[in-house]
Amino acid sequence: MSKGNNSLIHPVWLRVTHWLNAIAVLLLVMSGWRIYDAAPFFDFVIPKNLTLGGWLGGAIQWHFAAMWLLVCNGLVYLACNALSGRLLHKFFPLSPRALVADLVSALTGRLSHADPSQYNAVQRLAYLFVIADAVLLVLSGLVLWKSVQFPILRELLGGYEATRRVHFFAMSALVAFVGVHLVMVALVPRTLLAMIRGR
Amino acid sequence: MLKNFSRHFVISNDVVLKDVRKDIGRYVADSSRRAFLQRSLTLGGLSLLSGCDIVDENSVDTALSTISRFNDRVQGLLFNPSHLAPTYADSMITRPFPFNAFYGEDQVVVVDEADYQLEVGGMVADKRTWTVAELRAMPQIDQVTRHICVEGWSAIGKWGGVPFANFLQRVGADLSASYIGFKCADDYYTSIDMATALHPQTLLALTYDGQTLPPKYGFPMKLRMPTKLGYKNPKHIKAIFVTNTNPGGYWEDQGYNWFGGS
Ligand code: HEM
Repeated sequence: MSKGNNSLIHPVWLRVTHWLNAIAVLLLVMSGWRIYDAAPFFDFVIPKNLTLGGWLGGAIQWHFAAMWLLVCNGLVYLACNALSGRLLHKFFPLSPRALVADLVSALTGRLSHADPSQYNAVQRLAYLFVIADAVLLVLSGLVLWKSVQFPILRELLGGYEATRRVHFFAMSALVAFVGVHLVMVALVPRTLLAMIRGR
Repeated sequence: MLKNFSRHFVISNDVVLKDVRKDIGRYVADSSRRAFLQRSLTLGGLSLLSGCDIVDENSVDTALSTISRFNDRVQGLLFNPSHLAPTYADSMITRPFPFNAFYGEDQVVVVDEADYQLEVGGMVADKRTWTVAELRAMPQIDQVTRHICVEGWSAIGKWGGVPFANFLQRVGADLSASYIGFKCADDYYTSIDMATALHPQTLLALTYDGQTLPPKYGFPMKLRMPTKLGYKNPKHIKAIFVTNTNPGGYWEDQGYNWFGGS
C-alpha cells in the first residue's frame, strides 16, 4: 500500500457505505425509540422530540424501511471489506498488548496520528465491536419481527421477551459507540475530511 | 372512540410498575393521537435536527407505504406454514390477561348469544349463517400461546375453539383465494392472508382459559393467531368473507403493516 500524502485512505465504496450506514442508524435509532415508548420496559420513556415517526404506526414504517438500508448496505460493506482483504489488513493484528499500549498513550495524549491510513488498536477494537453489535441488532430485530419463523435464533436469544432487551441493549451499545466515535472525530477532524474526500 | 384511544396503550403484568406505565402509556397515547388526527407521519425529531422541513411529508408517506406493501410481500414469502409458534404450560399464563382494544374496557360490546348469527360470505360454497351452538358442536382444540402486541409487550394466554382451516373447509371456502376479511360487532375490521388462515394454530376461539370467551376477550368469538400481532386478531366477529380483494383493516388503513405477523 502506498502511503504517500495524496494516496487514497478510504476507497469510495467505504465512504458511501459509511455515510449510508450513518443515515440508516439515525433513522433506526430515532424510530426505535418511538416504538420503545409505546410499551417501555424500563422506568423511562424517550422524549418525543428525539423520536421519529410521530405515532407508533409511523415509527414502525420508518423502522421497517430503514432496516433494509442498514442490512443491504451492511452486506455490501462486509462483502467489499472481506473480499478485498481490507478487513484483515486494516483491523488485524489486534493484540491485547497493543490495545493497552494504545489506550495508555491515547489517555496521556501521546497517541500518534501521523499515518491516517492505519487504525490504532483501540480504534480497531471499537470498529470490530460495532460491526458485531450491528449484526446482533439485525439478528435480534429479525426475531422480534418474525419470531415464529426463526425458532433457533429466538431460543438462542432467550425467547421473545428476552430478545426485546437484547435488542435494546445492543442499541444502547451502538449509541454509546457513536457518542465516543463523534468525540474522536471532533478531536482529529482530519479523519472526517478523509472519510468525505477519501484522502 | 378517540376519547378512549389512550386505553389502547401499555398494559403490563408487572404489578409494581403498572400504574407508572399506564400513565406513561397515556402520555404517549396523547401525543400519538395528535399525530393521528393530523393523519400524517411527522418527521418529528428529524426536522428538529435539520431545523427545517427537508422533505415533503406526503411523498415521505407514500414512500413509506410503498415499502410497507413490499414488506407484506416479503413476509408472505417468509411465512412457512409448518413453523409453529411456541406453546407454554398453563402455569405460564399471564394473569390477569391484559384487555386491549381501540376503546376502553367499560365500552366492551356485549353480544347476546340468542340473537347472534355468524355470517359467512364471499368465495364460499355454503353461505348459511352459523349459531354459536353449531360452532361449539365442531371438534375443538385448545392451546397456550404468546400474544404479541404491535407495541412490543406480550402476554401468554389460553384459547380454545375450532381450527379455522376446518371451518373454512366446512363452509367450502375457495382455499385458492387470497384473503379472509372479518367484520366485528364493535365496528372493528381486519383481514388476513390465506396461508395464515390455514395455519394449524389459527383458531376460531370460543373459550378463554377453559371458560366461554368473556365479552372483554371477544365473545362470542375471536380469531386467535399466535403467528400474528394482536391487532390482526379480530374479536366479536359477526361476518367472515373470502375474497381476492384486500379488505384492509381498522389499524392497517391508518398505517400499521397489513401482514402484521411472524
Ligand atoms: C454522522 C456521524 C458519523 C461521523 C461524523 C463518522 C465519522 C467517521 C470517520 C471520520 C471515520 C474514519 C476514522 C479514521 O479514519 O480514523 C469513521 C469510520 C468508521 N465509522 Fe463512523 N461516523 C459517523 C457515524 C457512524 C455510525 C453511526 C457508525 C456505526 C454504527 C459508524 C461506524 C464506523 C466504522 C465501523 C468505521 C470504520 C470503517 C472502516 O474503516 O471499515 N460511524 N467514521
